Formats: sequence, C-alpha cells, structure tokens
Amino acid sequence: MTTRRNLLAASGAAFLPWDSLIRAAHAQTPPGVIVMAKQIDDIITLDPAESFEYTAQEIAGNVYQKLVTTPNDEPSRLTGDLAESWTASEDAKTFTFRLKPGQKFSSGREVTAEDVAYSLQRVVALNKSPAFIINQFGFTKDNMAQTIRATDPRTVVLTTAEPTATSFLLYCLSAGVGSIVEKATVSGRAQGEDWGNAWLKGNSAGSGPYSIVSWRASEAVTLQANANSATPPATRRIIMRHVADPSAQLLGLQRGDYDLARNLASDQIKTLSGDRSYTVVSQRKASLLYVAMNQKNPILAKLQVRQAIKMAIDYEGIQRNIVPNNYAVHQAFLPEGLPGALTEKPFKLDVAAAKRLLAEAGHPDGFECSFDFFSGAPVGDIAQALQANLAAIGIRPRMLPGEMRAVITKTRARQHDLALLRWGSDYFDPHSNAEAFSMNPDNGEDARNKTLAWRSSWNIPELTARTLAAVKETDTAKRVAMYEALQREHQQTSPFAVMLQELETAVMRNSLRGMQIGVLSDRTSYATVAKG
Amino acid sequence: MKARLGALAATAASIPITLLGLAVVTFFIGRVVPIDPVLAVVGDRAPADVVERARIELGLDQPLLVQFWRYLTDILTGNLGRSVMTSNTVWEDIARFFPATFELATFAILVAAILGIGLGVLAATRQGSWADQAVRVFCLAGHSLPVFVLGLISLLVFYAWLGWLPGPGRQGIVYQDMVEPITGLLTLDAALANDWPAFWDAVLHLIQPAGILAFFSLAYIARMTRAFMLAELRSEYVTTARAKGLSSTRIVWRHAFRNTLVPLVTVIFLTYAGLLEGAVLTETIFAWPGLGQYLTVSLLNADMNAVLGATLVVGLIYVVLNLLADLLYRLMDPRTR
Repeated sequence: MTTRRNLLAASGAAFLPWDSLIRAAHAQTPPGVIVMAKQIDDIITLDPAESFEYTAQEIAGNVYQKLVTTPNDEPSRLTGDLAESWTASEDAKTFTFRLKPGQKFSSGREVTAEDVAYSLQRVVALNKSPAFIINQFGFTKDNMAQTIRATDPRTVVLTTAEPTATSFLLYCLSAGVGSIVEKATVSGRAQGEDWGNAWLKGNSAGSGPYSIVSWRASEAVTLQANANSATPPATRRIIMRHVADPSAQLLGLQRGDYDLARNLASDQIKTLSGDRSYTVVSQRKASLLYVAMNQKNPILAKLQVRQAIKMAIDYEGIQRNIVPNNYAVHQAFLPEGLPGALTEKPFKLDVAAAKRLLAEAGHPDGFECSFDFFSGAPVGDIAQALQANLAAIGIRPRMLPGEMRAVITKTRARQHDLALLRWGSDYFDPHSNAEAFSMNPDNGEDARNKTLAWRSSWNIPELTARTLAAVKETDTAKRVAMYEALQREHQQTSPFAVMLQELETAVMRNSLRGMQIGVLSDRTSYATVAKG
Repeated sequence: MKARLGALAATAASIPITLLGLAVVTFFIGRVVPIDPVLAVVGDRAPADVVERARIELGLDQPLLVQFWRYLTDILTGNLGRSVMTSNTVWEDIARFFPATFELATFAILVAAILGIGLGVLAATRQGSWADQAVRVFCLAGHSLPVFVLGLISLLVFYAWLGWLPGPGRQGIVYQDMVEPITGLLTLDAALANDWPAFWDAVLHLIQPAGILAFFSLAYIARMTRAFMLAELRSEYVTTARAKGLSSTRIVWRHAFRNTLVPLVTVIFLTYAGLLEGAVLTETIFAWPGLGQYLTVSLLNADMNAVLGATLVVGLIYVVLNLLADLLYRLMDPRTR
C-alpha cells in the first residue's frame, strides 16, 4: 500500500546517488584530451577544396599539409611543408617541386607527387569558392592534365599560363585550398563527378598532425592525432565544442570543463589576463575593419570629404575603450603579418582639420547619409562611436544596423552610403587584399569582378594597372616596394577608412602550453599544444 | 458518432490547407529577406562564374512563380532540399536537431504541467492567502524575467558557484560519441544501451535548460489552472457537493479539477507546441543543438532550404498537436459528443 511514509522514503532513495552523480558530471578534461570552447557554427564543409570559413580553415590547417607554408614565428618567410625544394624556369612559367621523403597520410601511406597533382586538379575541377586562388594561374579543367603533373613519385610540375612571381604562386599554394589529400582514399569515395567532395565534407584524408573523427554541425568537432604524421602532435585528441555564448565559455573555462576558450569578449579577457590561473595568447589576424564610402554618393565622391571622414575617426579611443583585446589600430589595406604590410598610421582624430576639409568641399554644415553596419558586438558598439565621431564634424549618419550577410548583400548591390565592414585576406600574398581594395577593372553595373573597390564604385584604371603590375613583378623586393607605394596612395585617396586589425585571443588554463594562433586561420596550430 | 467523425475529418482536412498557407508565407518571406541566398552557398569571395553557377543551381534565375511551383512540387514529394550550412538534406538535419529539442521540450512540459497544475490548484483553493500570493509572484517572475538572464544566473549559481550541475551541452566530454544514436534522444539511447552513467550525465545536462523552460511554461499553466479552478469552485455544483458533505479533496480533484481538464489540455498542448518550436535563447546559452538554434543560424545565413523545411516541420507539429488537443477535448468533454 502506498503511504506517505513509503512515498517519502522512495523520494529520498531517488536522491541518494546525487553526490556521486555531481562528481561524475564535473570530471576535469581527461589527460591527453584538450577541450576547446569555440563558436563553430560557421562550418559549412571540411573539404579543403571547398571551405572558406574561419573554423573550417583552421581545422584544415591541422589536418592537411600543403606544398609550402609560412611559419608562425616569421609569417612572411616561405618554407617547405611537403615540398623539400622548388625551382622556377627562366620564363617564370614552369615550377618544379621536389617532395620530402617519408611524409605519411593518416592511413599510413606515403605522400606522393600523384597525391599532390590529384589534390590540385580536384580543386580546379570542382571549381568551388576558393578555387580562384589556384585557378588564377591559368589552370582549367581542360588543361589541368598538362599543367599540373606528377613526373615521378616525388616530383610535381606546375605550368602557369603567364609569367608568374614565384612568391605569388607559393603564397597561393600555401592557402588552405592548396591542402593535399590522399588520392587513393578520396577517389575511392567519389560519387559520380564529385571528386570525393561529399565524403570529404565531414571526413579527412590528410597528412597533417590530426585527422577528423567527427563533425556534428553546431555541436562539436573531434580530431584524433595522426600517429603517422612526420611530427606527431603532443595531444592525443582535440575536442571543439560549439559554445555560442561567450559568458558560457568563460564559466566553462573557470570550472575546468574547457581547457581553452576562443571567443571571449574584451572585458572578459581583461579580467582573466590578471589571473595567474590563465594564459592569454593573442595574435594579429589578417582581418580588417573599415568604413566604405560609396562613390555613387556625389558628396562622398569628393576627396576632401573622404579625408575629412578619415580625420574625424577617433581610432585610438575606439580601440582603447571598446575593443582593447580584440582589435589593434591599423590603417593600411595589407594587415600586419602579411608581406608588404604598411604599419604607418597617417590619420588621427583631428576635428578642426576635418571640419576645414568639409568646408573646402562645400559642406560646412555637414550632410546626412546612411550608415550600414553589422549589429552584433563589438561592431555595433564601434558603429555607435563612429556616429558620435562623424556628428562632431556635422555628418549625420542614419544608422542602419543589420545582419552581416544583409549588409554585405547591400554593399554588393552598391546601395549603401557609408558601411562598416570586415574583410579577411583569402591567402597570404599581398595581392589578396590589393585586388580587393585597389583593383576595379570594370566599374559597370554588370562587372564580373565585384571587388571592394567596385562595391564602392571607385573607378581607378591607373591604380588597377599598378596593382596588376605588382602581382606580375618577379623580383620579390621590388614587389614589396610596389605594394607599399600602393598602400600609401590608397590611404590618402581611397574611399576606405581602414581602422582596425583584428586580434584573435585565446584564453587557456595555465596547465596548457604551445597553442599557436596564426595570421590566417589555417596557420592556427594545435600540433604543439599540450597539458602540463 | 457520425457527427464526431465528421468533425474530426473536417479538422484533419484543414491540415494540408494550413501547411500550404505556411509554405506560401514562408517561401515569399524567404524571398524578400534582404540577404542574397547565393552568399550562403559560395560566400562573399567567389568569382562571378561560381556565383552565377550557384544562382542557376538554386533556380534563382527563374521567375518567382516558377521557383515557388518547383518548391511546392519538391515538398509534395517529400524533398525539402539540402542545407547549405551542414551539407545534409534538410530531413537529415531535422532528424538530428529535432530530437534534442523534443527531449528538452518533453522534459520541460512534464515538469511544467505537474508543478503548474499543482500550484494553480493550490492558489485557487487558498485564494487570497499567502500561498496564493506567493504563487502569483512566482508566476509573474516566470512571465517577466528574460530567459537569457535566468539562464546565465542559473549557470553561474548551479554550475560555476555550487558545482551541482554540469555546464552547457547535451553531454559531458567523457560520454561524447559513446552512445549509439538510435532515437536521437540521449537519455533514451543511453538507457537502451544500458549505459546508466551516460544516462545520468544526459539527465543532469537536461536539468538546467529544461528547468528554465519549465519555469516559463509552468508560470502560464499555473495562472490558467488557477483561473479555471476559481471559475469551477464558484459553480453551483461545488456548493451542492459541499452541502452534501463531500471532503474538500474530493470536491477539488474529483469534481472541480476534472472540469478544468478540458481547457487545460488545450493550454498544455499549445505550450508544448511552443516549446517544440525550439527555444532559441535557451538553446544558445546552453549550447543545445536543437531546432531553434538550427533555424536561427540558417536564417542568419540565408540557408533558405533549411529555414523553409524546418518551418514547415514546426508548422506540422503545431497542427498535429492542435488536432490532438482537439481530439482529447472531444473525448473528455461529453457536451462535444
């Protein structure tokens, strides 16, 4: 018979294992396993021939090797990754790569020139979003059998359509899209003409320090050490957990459930940086925050107005007060860390000079214009600071917050006046950003190449020609000098007020060592990260 | 009986019409969202030929009505398309994300219904007393406190300070990838696999997010129960029952409460349907990979197949639960027979 006493006794019994359950729920991360809290819902695919998103690129950098790479301690120096050496022909059109011996895929098979040729050919044939990085050298589906060849098990020969600067080709091959996959595994999983794309979206066949165990969208990615890697990693397993909320990341880090947190807000980083229980690792990323001024607006098309806006911005104040740990002041289109980057900062807050320039342009009382920006933190806060800065010289922006892709859609349709935007470099070569910011081969509405300059209707035939000349220059030192000159002119005349360069900061429990954050996402390395 | 079947058939017939309306609305809203869907597929950097190819593959080069007709014929054959964000078919995604929401919502509604009804009855039978006031204040808090505030406070207190409950996520690191997914409901899958430590781990992970959702739902259920019960307790048949000398417990539970069950079922089912839509904020704070988070991320990335597919499924759930509530209503209320 059920009596009150029986019921209470049964309820009490149900709570008996509570204490042991709580302990089980709070086990610290196991030895040999590193748990990372990160926003990973940007992953669309893990196929290196298709992925272009930050997290997917970062994973590709730890799962695959490329022919060449750039070390994090000296990012502009090119070194062999799978390649032992390389040579360029006199006409700068044929490039021969000799592979290092003994490099192995996670399957245990040796990396051969066949694998390299297959990987680059599949990029060309699939022609996904990042393929232009490789295709811009003239490789096509029709000619790839002749232009990307394995001549013996350790030699790969690439033939470009035009004379090409060696550094340009190598920097492009060092991009995530240049990752080398294992031909036998991938071709065995191919469905129809997909070159194994469907399978590689969630799996891996690389020779990097890790291989992919699983990816559950918006939930977790698990990586397992590649025992056959030439340099086996220090940690057996890496688990990335999707934790969207920075506060939840912080609590998890403090509780010991996560070994490192990747998306903490500026004030949270500031709090932890004074605590000896944590180590803060920070690195400038090849990502810029800038204000674009559409030249379709006749007022913004005036040089004095553009310069007035650049002088009205309180660069230091915004960086110091809003994003001290997430951004650094930077004013050139090449971010620090990339070859040829200019570190000069010609603009600082000067309200009087800005007002004078506005008056010279015929707008002593300022003007009104729209201002589009991504509403999320911290960009929304920066936009508000900019609104106050512009108001100080009489410009009255109509604030139009929106989702990131909505803002991009609008600027791609050239429907903005001012827009606060972010741009990340696609690959390590200066041309990546130079093409975006200082090239506009066709300013017509139906232009095929919708560069950032096009999106702001900036018609620049002379600058476009100089940018093209820089990419073709085969002398590396001369090339760098050309980019520096381009940036100086760009700073003064362009409709872009480059303001800030992103800092990526990871906060780790102090038991962790060896985390390396790269200038580009695919250079972020877990190979040396370890506990103790 | 014939009339009841007729009414049922009429209700069932409204399902496809409702779903068609939903498909029309979501499709056209999807097309007026100021985000280019091609961006989601190829990103911002893709060259013109890749963008153009994607536009054609998505059928966006066709007139809007042609696009809608294709969409309609696709969903009629059960094809919801493929999500750009996850590369899976939308059905596969729903099969993965929905169980997480279902588990959360079911746990929450069970707690909310039991406590909400209990508190509502308590408040009604002690109208004006301190217990009644306490229940009303409690329910007011449930209605007015923002979920993200409550979620973060809960994490701070029960996870960070007291350490009684685990943090965000559906399971602990130790159990990740250890339970074979059969139903997608972690608690059930762990139980089926006889893996009791994994089962308890999943239950502990459920407590905070489900508790918060339950708090919000029970606030509504308790208020409605109180209102329904007060109306019943003022009825003449209750006075008669009291005059007959029936015990208070018998009057409340056997007579008054029984009559409130009919409208209460509708309240509970609609609350449950609301929870099954996915609680975006709760799922975000607790890193719960559910339907709400899936819908939001898809929407922000203009992944229209995922948005349209998931919205249709949510709509279907709503309609089916409505139908069920209707059925139960008819079964429980003799006047509708």
